[in-house]
Amino acid sequence: MVMRRVAIVGVGMTEFGEHWEMGFRELVAQAGLRAIEDAKLAGVKIDALYGGTMAAGRLIGQEHITALIADYMGLNPIPATRVEAACASGGVALRQGYMAVASGMHDIVVVGGAEKMTDVPVSDAAVALGGAGDQEWELFMGATFPALYALMARRHMYEYGTKEEELAQVAVKNHYNASKNKYAQFKSPVSLETVMGSKVIADPLKLFDCSPISDGAAAVVLAPMEMARQFTDTPVEIIASAQASDTLALSSRKSLTELRATKVAAKKAFELAHITPGDVDVCEVHDCFTIAEIMAIEDIGFFPKGKGGKATMDGETALNSTISINTSGGLKGCGHPVGATGVKQAVEITWQLRGEAGDRQVKNAEIGMTHNVGGSGATCVVHIMRRAD
Amino acid sequence: MTGTGLALTWRRIPERYNLIGSRCENCGEAFFPVRTICPNCRRRGRIKREAFSGNGKIYSYTFVTSPPTGFELEAPYIMAVIELEEGAKVTAQLVDTDYEKVKIGAPVKMVFRKIQEEGKEGLIHYGFKFKVVD
Repeated sequence: MVMRRVAIVGVGMTEFGEHWEMGFRELVAQAGLRAIEDAKLAGVKIDALYGGTMAAGRLIGQEHITALIADYMGLNPIPATRVEAACASGGVALRQGYMAVASGMHDIVVVGGAEKMTDVPVSDAAVALGGAGDQEWELFMGATFPALYALMARRHMYEYGTKEEELAQVAVKNHYNASKNKYAQFKSPVSLETVMGSKVIADPLKLFDCSPISDGAAAVVLAPMEMARQFTDTPVEIIASAQASDTLALSSRKSLTELRATKVAAKKAFELAHITPGDVDVCEVHDCFTIAEIMAIEDIGFFPKGKGGKATMDGETALNSTISINTSGGLKGCGHPVGATGVKQAVEITWQLRGEAGDRQVKNAEIGMTHNVGGSGATCVVHIMRRAD
Repeated sequence: MTGTGLALTWRRIPERYNLIGSRCENCGEAFFPVRTICPNCRRRGRIKREAFSGNGKIYSYTFVTSPPTGFELEAPYIMAVIELEEGAKVTAQLVDTDYEKVKIGAPVKMVFRKIQEEGKEGLIHYGFKFKVVD
């Protein structure tokens, strides 16, 4: 089957953080309008909308959420489809939009991701997020998401000698990157001592090992490559889209120190793009917890298994080093409005490949990558992008 | 409060009270919780229910200090992944055990405990936890 080449022609996002002044519909409208204005779409028909959100039903009591987005973006009556894959909802929505354009079904597609998380108490948000794991056999027993990632961290430390300081360094790096991002929830750098001294949430993970509860939205506009230059001088081509699944329950897996879905999706994406991990200049990985970034950079193939912590400590993942990881600040520093995250990753990579990332610009960035995980790894979706000029 | 509800609680009693899992007689792999389709053998699989012994060892663990809604009275508590002697792994709390004795590889056995209760007049949910065997 011949697939069309697909480009990102417009991007936009809200600032991530606690938006007590804005509800879900205001957030998606702001991000969506910014993306549409960025794409200079005036007078052009938008054919379809794909929206990623994880838990609107639990967090704001609202289902049927993508019809609501189309409504508040003034896009009725175009088809509007919700995609849910826990924390990977945004990335999987992007993949649905990509497939719709690549297949020829639609030309101009808007992909949005959003979550409004601060309208409920934090403990209720934790229960809603727990639904990303196995409700009946993990959350029922008292395993929160920090606990599930702590179980992975403990085992990684046991098998590979990974140190708590190496986990902490992920947070230090990502907060530093976030301090250069005006959209980030946290704009202050933090020290290793601050991270190591923060309150224990689920040993060995501390407060600063965990991504925050956030509100926010992000959006991208997709078009067939042959139409892209109508809208932008700097199209960013999506050269690979890959997705994989794994068991919902952590305890059903053979290994707790790798995410099989990441390995499968990343391998497939590199095959589709005809590149190797070493060709990637900048990558947004899913660092919902610091251990998640260490496993991601190993499972994608940037570093050998068990060496991710040391590589991080040695500065190999810092801005403009061996491989620039999470220039936006990641989920840790930029914030994690769950459904928005996968789309935000694509927004950041687009800015990087266009050379519009300001103080956090990766020099001569040509190939970028996004890695978005649902739950404790039951979904992983990976995209590879290339500057198209 | 999750994984609760009257019919669900009744339906899960064998697995939660007595650690009833399943095993595929075709490939021999043990599963917990119960599966109806073997992921290795699929249509060739022959899944049978099996009562697991409750003996195992700690595969990984964490000390939870920030509990979710419904576990406020339990906190702080120890969560662990237990590797059962039958080969399947389960996620459960560790109780009646000093934290110093909690190590990867430490032998454990299943105990029957209260897991959650839904307020003063709601259902009380029971099930398995584990303790380190001296």
